[in-house]
Formats: sequence, C-alpha cells, structure tokens
Amino acid sequence: MEKEKVVEVNELTKKFGDFTAVDHISFDVYKGEIFGFLGANGAGKTTAMKMLIGISNPTSGEARVSHFDVHHQAEEVKKNIGYMSQKFSMYDDLTIRENIKFFGGIYGLSRKHIKEKTANLIEELQLQEVADSLVGSLPLGWKQKLAFMVSLLHEPRIVFLDEPTGGVDPITRRQFWELIYAEANKGTTIFVTTHYMDEAEYCDRVSIMVEGKIEALDTPKKLKQSFKTDSMNGVFLKLARNVE
Amino acid sequence: MFKRFKGFVNKEFYHIFRDKRSMIILFGMPIVQILLFGFAITNEINNVEVAILDKSADSETEVIINKINASPYFNIESEVQSEKEIGEVFRKGKVKAVLVFEKDFANNLQVLNQANVQVITDATDPNTANTISNYVQSILQHHSEEINLQNEVPYKVEVRSQMFYNPELKSVFNFVPGVMTVILMLVSAMMTSISITREKEQGTMEILLVSPLKPIQVVVGKVFPYIFLSVINAVIILLLGFVVFQVPVEGSLVLLALESVLFIITALSLGVLISTIAATQQAALMISLMGLMLPVILLSGFIFPISSMPVPLQVLSNIIPAKWFIIILKGIMLKGVGIAFLWKETLVLIAMALVFIGISVKKYKIRLE
Amino acid sequence: MSISIKNISKSYKKLKALDDVSLEIEQGELFGLIGPDGAGKTTLFRILTTLLFADEGTASVAGYDVVKEYKSIRRSVGYMPGKFSLYQDLSVEENLNFFATIFGTTIEENYDLIKDIYLQIEPFKDRRAGKLSGGMKQKLALSCALIHKPKVLFLDEPTTGVDPVSRKEFWEMLKRLREKGISILVSTPYMDEAALCDRIALIQGGKILRVDTPENIIEKHPKQIYNVRSRETYRLIQDLKDYPGSENVFAFGEFIHFTSSEETFEPQELQEYLLEKKHEELEIYPANASVEDVFMDLASSSET
Repeated sequence: MEKEKVVEVNELTKKFGDFTAVDHISFDVYKGEIFGFLGANGAGKTTAMKMLIGISNPTSGEARVSHFDVHHQAEEVKKNIGYMSQKFSMYDDLTIRENIKFFGGIYGLSRKHIKEKTANLIEELQLQEVADSLVGSLPLGWKQKLAFMVSLLHEPRIVFLDEPTGGVDPITRRQFWELIYAEANKGTTIFVTTHYMDEAEYCDRVSIMVEGKIEALDTPKKLKQSFKTDSMNGVFLKLARNVE
Repeated sequence: MFKRFKGFVNKEFYHIFRDKRSMIILFGMPIVQILLFGFAITNEINNVEVAILDKSADSETEVIINKINASPYFNIESEVQSEKEIGEVFRKGKVKAVLVFEKDFANNLQVLNQANVQVITDATDPNTANTISNYVQSILQHHSEEINLQNEVPYKVEVRSQMFYNPELKSVFNFVPGVMTVILMLVSAMMTSISITREKEQGTMEILLVSPLKPIQVVVGKVFPYIFLSVINAVIILLLGFVVFQVPVEGSLVLLALESVLFIITALSLGVLISTIAATQQAALMISLMGLMLPVILLSGFIFPISSMPVPLQVLSNIIPAKWFIIILKGIMLKGVGIAFLWKETLVLIAMALVFIGISVKKYKIRLE
Repeated sequence: MSISIKNISKSYKKLKALDDVSLEIEQGELFGLIGPDGAGKTTLFRILTTLLFADEGTASVAGYDVVKEYKSIRRSVGYMPGKFSLYQDLSVEENLNFFATIFGTTIEENYDLIKDIYLQIEPFKDRRAGKLSGGMKQKLALSCALIHKPKVLFLDEPTTGVDPVSRKEFWEMLKRLREKGISILVSTPYMDEAALCDRIALIQGGKILRVDTPENIIEKHPKQIYNVRSRETYRLIQDLKDYPGSENVFAFGEFIHFTSSEETFEPQELQEYLLEKKHEELEIYPANASVEDVFMDLASSSET
C-alpha cells in the first residue's frame, strides 16, 4: 500500500535578489513520519520552512502540505498545520489555561471542545498545580512541552517544530521526544529542525541542507553507512566539508 | 585616555550616520518643522475676503474702504445692502468678516469726533476671527492717527495698542524659538536615551561595563556627539528662520550660543536619566515622547500661552526646562535683551541640569542590578 | 589559581539561581560549565565578571576579589556574553578597532593572539557585523574578547545556536588559546562538548552536581548502561519503563539507554521480556556511559 504523502515538495526555490536561499529542493514526507530537517546556519532551512507553513511565497517550484498548495492556498495550509518554534511559543503574560483557550480559539475550536482539551492536556502533562499561573513563570522545558501540545490542539495532520528543544535540559529533552513519538504513533506527521545531532538519530528520515540544496536524505542508519561514520554528527561534518 | 574617548566618540558617529532613522530625525525634522510651522501652521491672515455694509457712503468711508482693500490682509469681496444680508453672506462661507459703517460716518467724525465701524466676524474659527478684528482695528487706528495729524485736535484721549517686537504679529517669530526648543529636546534627550538603551538591549553594555572604561567615560562618550549635532541643528534652525522668514536675532549671538549649550546639556542629562530607568529602546522612546515631547509642546508656552492655562498647569509648567529656554530665546532673539534680564531663567536651567546630572550619576549602574 | 569560587549563592526574588557553589579553576585550564538553560551559568558568569553581586560567598578572578577589586578584574578579563554582543552596524574591522581602543591597545599590538581566528574573518573585514553568519559572528566576538590579551576568558554559551561545523572549529580555537596560557571558563548546554574540556562542572538548578575531568566523570559513574534497540522505538520506551526494576530509560541517538536499579539485573531476562512483547530486530548490549548519561542520572536523583 502506497503511504499517504503529507508534504510534497517539487523543485521549490526561493531567491532574494541574486541570492538563491533555497535551490530547487524536492522531497516527500509521509503520514506518521518523524522527518528531521537539518542544515547549518544560513543553509536555507528557515526559508524553506517558512514557505512550507505558508508565510513566504516560493519564487518557483511548488509544494503541497496536507494536500494544499502553499502558494495559492496558504490560508488552508495554515489551518491544517501545527507550528511551534523555540523563539515564540506561548504568551508569557497569560496563564496556562488562558493560553490554551486563546490558541484553541484562533483555530476555531468550540468552547466545549476547548474545555475538554484543556482538561486532558493539563492532566496529561501533570500541570494541575500550575494551570492558573503565568506561563512566564514556568521552567523552559515545561513551556516547550506545553507549547508542543498546544500546537496540536486542532488535531493537524502535520506539525512543524523549529528547534523545539534548544537550551532545554537533557531529561526534559527526552520527555519532549517521547511526546513526539507518541504523537507520531497516532499518525501525526512531525517535521522538526534541531541543532542537537543526537536528536537527528531519533528521526525516521533526515534531510541535510547545504547552501540551499538538499545534499542528503535518508534514514539515519543508511546515512551513517554511506558516509562511513558512526554518528549523525560525523555525517554532518563530512557533508559540510565535501561542499567546501 | 584621550584616545579611548576619541575611539568611543568615533563609534557613536558611525552609529548615527549609518542609521537612516536617526539621520532623518537629526536633519530632516528641524527643516520640515520650521517650514511647516512657518508656512502652513500659521495664525497670520492673508487676503481674507470681507464684505462691506456702507450705510453712509461718503468720502470718509470710501478712503477707509480703499485702505482696507489695499492692505495685503484683506480683499473686499462684495458689498451688502442691508443687515439682513449679513447672515446670508456668512452662510455662503466665502466671507470671513463684514465691516459695517454707521450712517453719517464722515459727519459724525467731524462733529462728534467719533464715528463707529462695526466688525462682524465669522467666529467658527475663533483665532482667525480674533486676528481679523485686530487687524481691522489696527488699520482704522492708523487711519485716525493720520487724520489727527492733519486736524489739530488737542487733548484727545484715546487708547492705543501697539505691537512691540513683532509688530506684524508674524507667527513664525513665535515658532522659531519653539521649534528650536522642541528639536533640541528631541535630539538631545530622546536620541541619547535611545542610543544608551540600545547598548543594553544588544548586550554590548555588558562588555563595556566589563572593560576599563569608567561609567562617566561611557556616558560622556555617548552624550558628546549629540552636543555637537544639537549645536549644528540650532544653527540650521536659526539660519532657516533668518533666511526664509527674516526672523532676527536682536541680542548677542554669543549669549544665544551659551544659553543653547546650557539647554542642550540639560536635555542630555534628562536623556541619560531616562536611559537609567528604561531597559529597552522602546521604553526609552515612550518615556521620551510622553514625558518630554508632550509637555514641551503643550506646557512650555510654545503653542498655548501659559498665562491662559489653569493655575495647576501654570505651576506645573515651571518644572519644564523648555519653558525657561523659550523665554530666554524670545528675550535674546526678539527683544534683544542681555543676561541682566535673563539671569533668573538661566539660573533655573543651570539648577535643573545639575539636579538631572546628579540623579543620573547616582542612578547609573556600574553593575547589572 | 585562576578563578576561585567559595560558597556563592544568589537569588532573584523567589528563585534561587545559585545555591552554595564552590569551584577552583587552575591557571591555563579550559574549564567547562555544563548545564541547560536556567541552570545558573549566566548568573555565575556575571558574578565573576563583576556585573552582579553574590548574596553570599566570595570569589576571586586572577587573584582579585570580585567585589573589592572589580576594577582590576575589568582590566584583565575577556568576556563574551550569551548573545553575540557586537555592534551590528559597525564593520568587522571597526568592531575590533573599537574594542582595542577602549582597552587602550591596538590590533597590531596583540595581533599574534588573535591572528589564528581573525585570519578566517579578515576577508570580510569591511562587512557589517550584522551581515555575518553565526559562525563568523562568533569568531569576531572571540577576537574582540581577546584583543587586550586577557588573563582569563569568560565565554557564556559561545556555541549555542551555531551549527556543528562552526562549533567544532570554535573548540579547536579554544584549545589553541589554552596553549598560550589563557585560562578559559566556557559554558555550554551541549553535553557532547564536555569531552573537549580539561575539566567540567555539571550544573543544574543552581547546584553543582559534579566537578572532574570528563574521563573521570564517566569512569566513576557506578551504573551499568545498556544500549537497547528495536524497530519500534516508541513502544520500546514504554515497555522498558514498565520493566521491573527499570530506573532510567532515555533515548540516546539510535539506541535507548537503559539502567536498572536491581543488582541482579540480567540482560538475558530483559531480552526475553521484550521478545515476549513482540519486539523485532532487538539488540541489547552493555554500553559506555557518556557525560550526558551521568548528568541525567545525577539530575534525576538530585530532584527527588
């Protein structure tokens, strides 16, 4: 049985003046897959991701996310994805409950639905005691876990995570990844960028961008075999060196 | 020692010259403001359309009507025949004033030594109405002076008002000192407070603190370029005022320069003070705008006369440095008076500068807490 | 002794940022402060660079007391704060020149020390710092922190958010600097960078969990770790957590690191248990601990 494609990218390109930030990239991401999207700073990762979540128009090529064209159906794309980044995830000056209510509201969930979701979520993350305290007062790790769950409130088919675990302590990072695994297990597609190379190993497949192009795309195991190294860090370093 | 200072000041100039926004605020603003206040926002009148109701129609009224028509301020648009029509011409909106000459005007003037002209103005715009009536009065007075010279009528007592220093009531004479004050305040206080908080925001302040630079060197280094730029600004404004609007400087240029530097220093110390309170550029901007610009524009006597404010605001206006500087500027530029008449205001500014510097030095942190 | 920290504590309102921290850092040592965000690393750096007062305890840097002799410290240390604190609107060369001038020196005078690093960014010396890539900014910031030949160098998370290639180059530069006798205190949230330091302190929640060489920290770790792998990672984690005596179950690269609290633990029994749960492509074998394993173990036991 052919697996359902949740992301289809075909020759996607973005130019800023003379500079080609994303250079004809093509790849597919399947339902329930954890897809690692790696690359050095300035390799074009962020630009590519912005096109996929419908906030930046491609110069040429096309991409479909959750079956919607990112260029012509950007609004549909936005409704059908979840997004969470390290830089912005939740409002620090609202309480946990208020944040959930707000994000549920902007995705058009009914009041009853939001109430249910809030109760589930608070129980699942064991946040009963702090549910009415400001998000700003929570440790970073909790915030990030909560933000991840909130990005899933409207049950999107795919969720984009932009460096979700930056600066988070190692235990919380593991817990975060367990949440990711659990979600992928339910059939949600996970699209994740990270600077932690060991996290790349947790992904089903990994793509590595160098200077706007995807230079490698495979399972971590096969990548390590073909680059004859025993870690993803090694793969990454070898790739960068080849290009130089 | 001096090399460090020079290096620091150089860096500040790089920041200023490379930031388009600061360049616009520094050099675009004064020019635009002066031209705007000078040409557009004015309470002078020119070529105002008036109508005449001449119930007398004798030689005397004809002379006066011709005089009024000949002045640059008025154009006689129409003549109305009766009082009833007055309301109508106003409603049409073109005419701003109607002059009504009483019956037997010339006769009354010669026999009773007194004749009446009624000035009816459209007071939907009260300022203009007021000015129009003042101008008409002034023309009539001028006329009656001339008659008095010809006919020797002694012992005539009449109240005469005369405009000193700005006989034509040019509003630009008022606005040049005002704009200069606003600009100097803006450049000095707002720009310094923003440039200091920017270092905090970017994290470069941390490095400057963990360096052998003394806090006073950092502050003086940050402030110095703005003294320089503010002085240039003051010169630009005075030149513009003089060249474009013929606003004179009657008094001593040296005194004017010294007083300006004093005001700049007061404003700069306010800027430093703001930067010790504000943690971000945005906060500095808000505090500068709300705490400095609004009072400078509204309470300094620049636009609204302090004497017509409610008493609490009059009291409040005393703590605004701009008020004192505007008094000084008008004194030097328009009245041509010297320090003998302005020592009180000067002392107030000096005291304010010292207080602000004192507080800033006390509040300036050599650490992050 | 290059840096000496004795019983330092520091609180912000309710939050205890540092809790009775003591450390000794030798002359010419490359010392790593390893811990996640919020562990207290930046607070400790700021106390040592005289930007903050400690609530309790004393500290000295290069022989100077951080409170009484703060001026001397400010002359003799180099500091690179968490964000790359450069003037974005100044060019590479102007930034460097500026920092040289405020420290009363010139680029030429100390060119030897920064040559290595600066040569890599010199081709871009007229470019504004704001337009540099993350890796180049980091090199420029390091050059600026070194320009006055400091005795002690403080680098607060210099590699955070920087890609692995630039991170590797950066650590190579630090090693060369250490050879020139500069003491370096560097903080990082990346556990894999610990192995590159002479000695490290693991820090979490304001407390130092352990101080030693990276090798000793690993060797002295008393618990045997097992690498476990199967085709379904998520289910494997759940099943391992349910296994009797299960202590730590952490995803680690392609494996799950598993430790048991039972002294009688037998990998063979675990294998049978997992096979019974229908795990395919199962592998279980003993593995060496890494600094991250030790950190997680210490952190989870210090919390309870």
